[in-house]
Amino acid sequence: MRLDCPHCGKRDRREFTYRGDALALLRPDPGAEAAAWDDYLHNRDNPAGLTRELWYHDPCGTWAVVERDTLTHHVAGSQAAAEADR
Amino acid sequence: MVDLVAKSPCDGLLPVSHGAAMLDEVLPEAITSVALLGGSDADATKALADALGLGFPATNRFEGSDGVKIVSIGPGKAFVLGRPVAIDGAACTDQSDAWAVMALEGGDARAVLARLCPADLRDGEFDVGHAAQTLLGHMTCTMIRTGAERYEILVFRSMAQTAVHELERAMRSVAALG
Amino acid sequence: MRLEGRGLIDRTREVAFTFDGRRYSGHPGDTLASALLANDVRLVARSFKYHRPRGVFGAGSEEPNALVTVGRGAAQTPNTRATVQELFEGLEVVSQNRWPTLERDVMSVNDLAGPFLSAGFYYKTFMWPQAFWEKLYEPIIRRAAGLGALSGEPDTAHYDKAFAHCDLLVVGSGPAGLMAALVAARAGADVILAEEDSRLGGRLLAEDERIGAKSGVGWVEDVRGELGNFPNVRIMTRTTVTGAYDQGTYGALERVALHLADPGDAPLETFWRIVAKRCVLAAGALERPIAFADNDRPGIMSAAAVRAYLHRWGVAPGKLVTVFGNNDDAHRTARDLAAAGVKIAGLIDSRRDVSVADGDFPVFSGGEVTGTAGRRGLREIKIRHSGGERSIWTDCLAVSGGWNPTVHLTCHMNGRPVWDDGLAAFIPAEGAVPGMTPVGAARGVFSTAGCLEDGARAGQAAAEALGLAVSAVDIPGGDDTPFAFEPKWRVPGRRRAWLDFQNDVTVKDVELAAKENFRSVEHMKRYTTQGMAPDQGKNSNIGALAVLADATGRAIPETGTTTYRPPFVPVSLSAMGAGARGKGFAPERFTTSHSATVARGAPMIEAGLWYRPSYFPAIEGEFWREACDREVAMVRNHVGICDVSTLGKVDIQGPDAGAFLDFVYTNMFSTLKVGRVRYGLMLREDGHVMDDGTTARLGDAHFVMTTTTAAAGQVMQHLEFVHQCLRPDLRVRIMSVTEQWAQFAVAGPKARDLLNDVLDTPIDGESWPFMACGAVTVAGVPGRLFRISFSGEHAYEVAVPARYGDTLFRHLLSLAESMGGGPYGMEALNVLRIEKGFITHSEIHGRVTAFDIGMERMISAKKDCIGKSAAARPGLVDPDRERLVGLKPVGSVRQITAGAHLFNKDDPATRAHDQGYITSVGWSPTLESYLGLGFLRRGPERVGEVVRMVDHLRDVETLCEVCDPVFFDPEGGRVRG
Repeated sequence: MRLDCPHCGKRDRREFTYRGDALALLRPDPGAEAAAWDDYLHNRDNPAGLTRELWYHDPCGTWAVVERDTLTHHVAGSQAAAEADR
Repeated sequence: MVDLVAKSPCDGLLPVSHGAAMLDEVLPEAITSVALLGGSDADATKALADALGLGFPATNRFEGSDGVKIVSIGPGKAFVLGRPVAIDGAACTDQSDAWAVMALEGGDARAVLARLCPADLRDGEFDVGHAAQTLLGHMTCTMIRTGAERYEILVFRSMAQTAVHELERAMRSVAALG
Repeated sequence: MRLEGRGLIDRTREVAFTFDGRRYSGHPGDTLASALLANDVRLVARSFKYHRPRGVFGAGSEEPNALVTVGRGAAQTPNTRATVQELFEGLEVVSQNRWPTLERDVMSVNDLAGPFLSAGFYYKTFMWPQAFWEKLYEPIIRRAAGLGALSGEPDTAHYDKAFAHCDLLVVGSGPAGLMAALVAARAGADVILAEEDSRLGGRLLAEDERIGAKSGVGWVEDVRGELGNFPNVRIMTRTTVTGAYDQGTYGALERVALHLADPGDAPLETFWRIVAKRCVLAAGALERPIAFADNDRPGIMSAAAVRAYLHRWGVAPGKLVTVFGNNDDAHRTARDLAAAGVKIAGLIDSRRDVSVADGDFPVFSGGEVTGTAGRRGLREIKIRHSGGERSIWTDCLAVSGGWNPTVHLTCHMNGRPVWDDGLAAFIPAEGAVPGMTPVGAARGVFSTAGCLEDGARAGQAAAEALGLAVSAVDIPGGDDTPFAFEPKWRVPGRRRAWLDFQNDVTVKDVELAAKENFRSVEHMKRYTTQGMAPDQGKNSNIGALAVLADATGRAIPETGTTTYRPPFVPVSLSAMGAGARGKGFAPERFTTSHSATVARGAPMIEAGLWYRPSYFPAIEGEFWREACDREVAMVRNHVGICDVSTLGKVDIQGPDAGAFLDFVYTNMFSTLKVGRVRYGLMLREDGHVMDDGTTARLGDAHFVMTTTTAAAGQVMQHLEFVHQCLRPDLRVRIMSVTEQWAQFAVAGPKARDLLNDVLDTPIDGESWPFMACGAVTVAGVPGRLFRISFSGEHAYEVAVPARYGDTLFRHLLSLAESMGGGPYGMEALNVLRIEKGFITHSEIHGRVTAFDIGMERMISAKKDCIGKSAAARPGLVDPDRERLVGLKPVGSVRQITAGAHLFNKDDPATRAHDQGYITSVGWSPTLESYLGLGFLRRGPERVGEVVRMVDHLRDVETLCEVCDPVFFDPEGGRVRG
């Protein structure tokens, strides 16, 4: 499997660490309801299809938002997390 | 008073040579990481250019030659090899002792690296002047191509022994294949 | 029997080898199988379950029968296919799964019990009593059935793995693969041509054909010559592409030196990961057998293999050959053999009204083989044909049931092959693997002319897809006879007819599965073990599917197909894990003090990837506890030196560095004064503790954070996550500097005296109070000094650039020793910190909160931070939680153990009554007692209470007094001294 590092380009999967859904970008306000924090921390969809997820390219230290299809493993694109849509 | 003696990261390990590949240590006078801080990056890169005579490198590239090199290592991040540097508007950190720098040279060099590095190192993909943040076996590394058959590789100083072991193992294999 | 003047072998040289101890001879170019057949060795193996005599069936990697053990001792490799193993001088081969000899195998009695050993036999028979299964039945069955055995010794041979990249990967080098590679290479594409065999050519090596004006083999040599001249072509022979993976990644196994008597430094095998923009699958097709009674005797072979032995190796597998088939390849086999002077006893064609134009042998149309005889090799067959029944004496029966395209790789990414009624075969589904184009026989194009055209077309399409211009392609002419056949899967009859030779699965087994309602092909497969042997049913899966379809009254495509998964051929674990043994298992990280430490005889322990000293024996053979006690006392009374370079050090710079630290730590750092150090606690967003450490402020916009050794990588990744994903607005940069500095703890009442012998400018208590930091020079070298302590003593950490670490360490040691001190290791460091109640990852193990370790007040109320919201959830601040306490043994047993559980004094030691557990234990020479840290329900409220400690694993039980975790110097006077 190969992924796109927004900085380095296409690289082997072994250079990356997986984190999970890109929902992690959307940190609730400190005063948000417990339910909002619960959703942020624990509740994830498990879609058969397109997902947005976070991968870390260890060698260059870039966090990437990768769009991947869980059915086909097709990678549709990748964006630097720092610049990604939130 | 004690006389502190400097020891290089690959002290006692290099050079080694097998077949058409030779591995030796490179000792840049200094290594500094330069990370742009945002906000005044144009000023910072100009200051860098004034200090080194080299521009901030493009992604996956390095600038300069034997004396001073500046190597892209990540978004807005670079290593300056060869001369100490400190400029305003960028986070400059002395890394002179943090890296084991090795040069792998010879007709087999690329075949040796292909045993350890998953990146595409073919001509056209990784030419002279190119730089990559990638893996050497289990270790992250910075790799630059400084000649048609010459590569410089930076790994953590503490992993110098492992890096030499892995590279030498690959060198023996490739040499045996003839 | 070797035939004169034929084959691609070098007859000028002899190669000697042994099989079951007997010496034989072959020629360079032979496989073990061709050499055995040339020496008239027909019996080469015993079958898996029934111990039936078996001989060579095929000529390629799909071989089901001729599995042998190659080599001796640690290097012995079981289940090697004789058809793949190339001959070399001194090759030693033994047969498998027989005792005492291949000819007289005691276990062949299993065959007489055959009627009882059908599918599901084990499950039905060995049911009671249940306990007997593991102890009695399974071991006996395992001994009786099986293939080759491992040596049981570590494999010391050398293997490799490697990466390769290309524009176009061509899998297979028959006419289709060669044309594809040639067209793409001429267009300038970067091509890897992978061929499983030792030489290029595919079926062209096994047939007598012409391409253009050349012989097939001559044309192959021309193409090989041209490809070899392209710098953009890499030809990889002996390389099987084993799997197709995501984004154009392919696994491939190269048998680098398995054909050499002495590989030298070369790896035996290399496992390749090939990344290709496009792939042309020219993997050919596999001939399928026909199931008939006793169709597994030595001498019964695939007709295609018989032609391969004839043309490629100049071997006639029998003196009197019969051919049985449902297609014109059967005719070709008979014709080719007859032309070579081999006597044909008969051609049995299942089709009616067929005739052979120029055959000088009997032809039985509408015929089928109904039985065979011959104990250790075929002697006679019985046939039924349109003219009646008869027996024929024969020692070799060549069988051809048609062809199955080799679709395996197209299924590795979830693609399902589709049924082609005309071919009565599965062919690859369109677009099954992105970027892969099946060509030639692999997609059901069986004529040579068709393969040449198909390959050229695919090569052109691949080049064009890569943006390369293709000049006119001239395609040489080849045999374009259409493939004529009629499906024939089995001959009805009462005796056993084999489908899966390798796992001894017969037609009856599959029918039984259907009868017992295992109608799904996946269920049938598991019930009968059809296709589950190392060959993965390459010869037999489709036949078994046809039998199942018939037995369940469905058509084949309705019945299903099997799922082909990687690897295509068995791959040795040695190749997949190449380089990962010994030093290659994981990087070793050594500190600059490593050689001085090892020179002192210190046993090293692993801390993450780092190696750190356990203790420093004062004299050879000093027991670890003695050394540890001595080192602890040394630090408490004099001065000790410890390398702390392994702790993570992170340079954090930028105008927003303070704000960033405020956000990642629970406590405030923006208020820290320059030249001061503060202890920080870091939470995960879920409110649990991630890590702790000290952070020093070196300048307004410059901090250096320390992390624990174990968590350094994780924290670095976390900091980047917080910056890039949560606060990209902050102007801050994070850089690891762990490797830059050699850092040593100097701890003990005499620490300052010692340092003043090292530093160029002496320090005093006023200029360097507790938690001060700053730049110093050490023997003229710029360094850093931090007054921090993990031992509770007056202590410092002094850092110099790593190049000076070795000399500085040695110097610090000699100074310390002159003051009654010396180096201390991890054991002493652990005791020192337990005496002080300092935590490590034994305590902050991932399930504890700031509240649990008594640091809830470190979560600043003035600001937000990672983990703050979650940490406030009621469940995480419940007073009933297990919280940090100190523990001291007070029972008759004066020992406590880490990992033991805590219970109320009078409760039973069962899970329902669990009150907590112990995380760290050490013997304190200072307090002359075992001391422990642990977590106890409502712990801090229970100081003074006596609880029961039970270690169920080590069988230790005692009573403990609950204490404050800080056992020693609770006022902290010493650290400020």
